[in-house]
Amino acid sequence: MPRLENRVVLLSGGASGIGAETARLVVREGGKAVLADRDEAKGLALAAELGTAAHFVPLDVTQEPSWQAAVAATVEKFGALHGLLNAAGVGVRNTIEDCTLEEYRRVNDINSLGTFLGCKLAIPAMKASGGGSIVNISSVLGLRGAAHAMAYSASKGAVRSLTKNVALHCAQMKYNIRCNSVHPGYIDTPMIAPRLEQNVENMSGRQFLEELHPLGRLGRPEEVANMILFLLSDESTFSTGSEFVCDGGLTA
Amino acid sequence: MSGELSGRVAIVTGGASGIGAASATLLAAAGATVIVADIQEGPNAKGDGPGRFVAHDVVSEDSWKALLADVLKREGRLDIMVNNAGISGGSGNPETTTVENWQKVQAVDSDGVFLGSKYAIEGMKKTGPGKSAIKGSIVNISSIAGLIGSAGPTAYTAAKGAVRLLSKSVALYCAEQRYDIRCNSVHPGGVDTAIFNPLWQMVGHAQGKAFIGTRHPIGRMSEASELGEAVLFLASDRSSFVTGAEIVADGAITAGLMRRSLLAPP
Repeated sequence: MPRLENRVVLLSGGASGIGAETARLVVREGGKAVLADRDEAKGLALAAELGTAAHFVPLDVTQEPSWQAAVAATVEKFGALHGLLNAAGVGVRNTIEDCTLEEYRRVNDINSLGTFLGCKLAIPAMKASGGGSIVNISSVLGLRGAAHAMAYSASKGAVRSLTKNVALHCAQMKYNIRCNSVHPGYIDTPMIAPRLEQNVENMSGRQFLEELHPLGRLGRPEEVANMILFLLSDESTFSTGSEFVCDGGLTA
Repeated sequence: MSGELSGRVAIVTGGASGIGAASATLLAAAGATVIVADIQEGPNAKGDGPGRFVAHDVVSEDSWKALLADVLKREGRLDIMVNNAGISGGSGNPETTTVENWQKVQAVDSDGVFLGSKYAIEGMKKTGPGKSAIKGSIVNISSIAGLIGSAGPTAYTAAKGAVRLLSKSVALYCAEQRYDIRCNSVHPGGVDTAIFNPLWQMVGHAQGKAFIGTRHPIGRMSEASELGEAVLFLASDRSSFVTGAEIVADGAITAGLMRRSLLAPP
């Protein structure tokens, strides 16, 4: 039996990377995937590839009305909302000395405000659908700091704490909505593509990042998607407010 | 005055009350010259508390620039930065928190600590030459909400999670640059300060304090001075190998399993 039969899942950042790979899995497992992304061309192309079980909606995660429209479009198209993946995010390298206030704010708006708004707008629709599961993409840098990814790490730390807050609130309110965070290591997605080209310590960027991981390689988007699928499905019904690490041993 | 912090200059944001005021008092008692930077005036503004009061708004970059210029001009150096200013932002949950509330809380609790850490490094690097070697220490006040999360205020919880990770990145960066500047986060549990005023107004100070106290395994809330001691330890050379760490002073709230349903006021 498919693991997400007739479940409706809204995915921010659903047009590429971890979001896109999760959308493929959702559809393969019998669910409906609503790809919400700023990249309309990529989103429409993936929706067309996935067929009638998929739908594209434009989304700017930093704008509350944009989230309202995306959730409304999801319910209108597929009649319910059972799952939310907050995968939209921006990876930026900066340090405490060279990061400007504007840049700090921008990274936090996309990664942390964007995730908060997704949770906020999804909860009422999930309540009306009998419950659901929210999966927020944090990072290994939501668990550990990084000298050269200061703002990103702070924003992912916020996502980690926010996730627990949402989980505890929904538990207290008896909403039957779970919320967990996923902490990927370096995954071979468009987000880290620029870094793979930059040489570090006489190594290619790819080699450097691969060697950081005890498994000796980058993660594949489908490996993170498999963890997200577990969290979206009824296989994880007692997991809420928790941290799910998928990092090739990086934080071990 | 002599003491282990003799000759050191410290800025304490939110220093007019609560943990900030207690920290200012202890830092001054240890011999530091303390600048109390606060948006609201406290006892220090009238000159009867420790340190020099400077009106300061942590969300304003211009205010930070002015503060740093003023301190470098008048005190001539900066050794210790305590990023303590913070707001709870009320009790909004994930459903009721508005974007406006979110942004206001992030501005004070997260952006404010970001700016405080950034300008602390700038100020500490401008200390010297010809002066004693820098042994800088940045102390950022997070919360147990930055560790375990809570069903409490959503924007506050997220911001304290950001401060926890920000502090580690700052510590790693300063270590990598060999700046001799440490950075740590402090995670208080329930502290008897004005942040609980809404609860005090509802049930009275003594009753509210006793109620919150029973939620701590240690059986009581902490006094601001107990957090001031943690700040003093991190500010001093006694913690010279401690950086990127989380100092928890929470009466064991995060040590074990918690009866969260009891956290709501009576």
